[in-house]
Amino acid sequence: MTAIRPAFLALALAGAQSTPQCGSSSTTPTTPTPSTTTLNMQSVVVNSGPNNDYVNGLFTSVTVCVPGTSTCQTIGGILVDTGSSGLRVLSSALTINLPQQSASDGSPIVECAQFQDGFTWGPVRTADVKLAGEQASGVPMQAIGSPSFATIPSGCSSSGGTAENSLDTLSANGILGVGLFRDDCGAACASSGSSNPGFYYSCPSSGCRIIAQAPANQLQNPVWMFASDNNGVMIQLPSVASGGTASLTGSLTFGIGTQSNNGLGSAKVFTTDAAGNFTTVLSGQSLGSSFIDSGSNGFFFLDSTATGLPLCPDTADFYCPSSSKAFSATARGANGTTATINFSIDNADTLLRAVRFSVFGELGGPNAGNVDFGLPFFYGRTVFTAIEGQSTAGGNGPYWAY
Amino acid sequence: MRGRVHRLTVAALVAFACFPRAASATLGGDASSIDADRVRMQGALLRISRTDTFTVHEIQSATGTAIRQYVSPSGTVFAVTWQGPWMPDLRQLLGAYFDRFQRAAAASRRSRRGHGPLNVDDGEIVVQVGGHARAFAGVAKVPRLVPAGVRADAIR
Repeated sequence: MTAIRPAFLALALAGAQSTPQCGSSSTTPTTPTPSTTTLNMQSVVVNSGPNNDYVNGLFTSVTVCVPGTSTCQTIGGILVDTGSSGLRVLSSALTINLPQQSASDGSPIVECAQFQDGFTWGPVRTADVKLAGEQASGVPMQAIGSPSFATIPSGCSSSGGTAENSLDTLSANGILGVGLFRDDCGAACASSGSSNPGFYYSCPSSGCRIIAQAPANQLQNPVWMFASDNNGVMIQLPSVASGGTASLTGSLTFGIGTQSNNGLGSAKVFTTDAAGNFTTVLSGQSLGSSFIDSGSNGFFFLDSTATGLPLCPDTADFYCPSSSKAFSATARGANGTTATINFSIDNADTLLRAVRFSVFGELGGPNAGNVDFGLPFFYGRTVFTAIEGQSTAGGNGPYWAY
Repeated sequence: MRGRVHRLTVAALVAFACFPRAASATLGGDASSIDADRVRMQGALLRISRTDTFTVHEIQSATGTAIRQYVSPSGTVFAVTWQGPWMPDLRQLLGAYFDRFQRAAAASRRSRRGHGPLNVDDGEIVVQVGGHARAFAGVAKVPRLVPAGVRADAIR
């Protein structure tokens, strides 16, 4: 809570510094500069997104280039997601031809990425990725929903939810996964046989089959591939009044304690388990699978019985209490650090009646077994996401700090 | 009531026949399929526990995800839960209910207003999925098949 006032100051700076980055639709060649002066901040916005249907969606722009060339494209409406790792862009939003990643036999590699509400299917391409003044070269990324790979293997569609392969189903032009991990799957996807969870497929013309994909060839969190400011990200957003607001502007800053604008300050470090989770004590229950996810649009926790909050009459996704109800959760990192997190949940049907608003700090719903601190958690906070194996002044990632 | 259960069992068996790479028994199917199926799924039976109102078969899938199948005294799988690093094969776990689940998931997308956990309730099947890569959890149940006296928080 004490971090809010400095956050506002930084936001003003962020807006001023990053406007040329985000307003521009073309890129200009840059000469290498010392890391101490690398522009490491770009603006982010919470609005209804490119499909005009999102609430509590955090969006930014990403520039992708054909590796080693100045053939580049800047794409807006990209969802900023601390709950995943790796860049994914709708094939329909790409206008440049990024090279296809191939298996050892030359067959194209196509990915099926599992998310809690569905999956994305599309080929792995390679790009130079530019964010603010940072660049990651030769980054494996996903081109979601490519017509060249229109047939989704049954093993992929069996992984839950529905395909999120179009603007209408993704509600974004892409996802920028800046989460706790260097890659989007890790050792499991590098294994052979039945222990492989089936993210990566080799797709010759005869049909797709699951392959073992080495971590370095998996989708990479572009941040850890930067030359500097590569140990994590800092996200700052202003606080939101009850009842919500139309939109918000904040900042996405690369690096933790690498420059004068991204120090941990008074933030507490909460290390995670190997899966990226910490523990939350809430409504008398201790929940070990808790995470902070800017890509989720509410606080998602427990159920109606445990919270005393009825579901909305027209949707099982959100709570609809008769009036706003306050909760006090205790977060505990793997390192034993604890903090109290206070938040409130109001009636989603009532909130969402404000049709011109896209920002609601009191939106929440049920969750089977996890506590998902979604984007409303970020409002009025400075939140750090430190990447696994990367060194910071607060220790090695993976951790959250706020 | 018996007739309905029997039809569901037949539907589940048909689903098995269609998907030979079985991962586990199906929702609405009968308990006798669980054991034969475990052999095929290259998983390990962790334990079988019994209460007065149901039996739980807990299986560890080859990808490390724990799957619990809740079986009624009449031998019907009325709920399935999972927790672990990766999503289980829901087509297999939900059996005859899978297509219905996918339709309901697609229909609920508009009201979600973005991304987050999945909460599907179409009046016949209830499915919740939450988490992220490396840590997923979920529950699927058919309330109509849940034996009387089983509390909602007993299925997790």
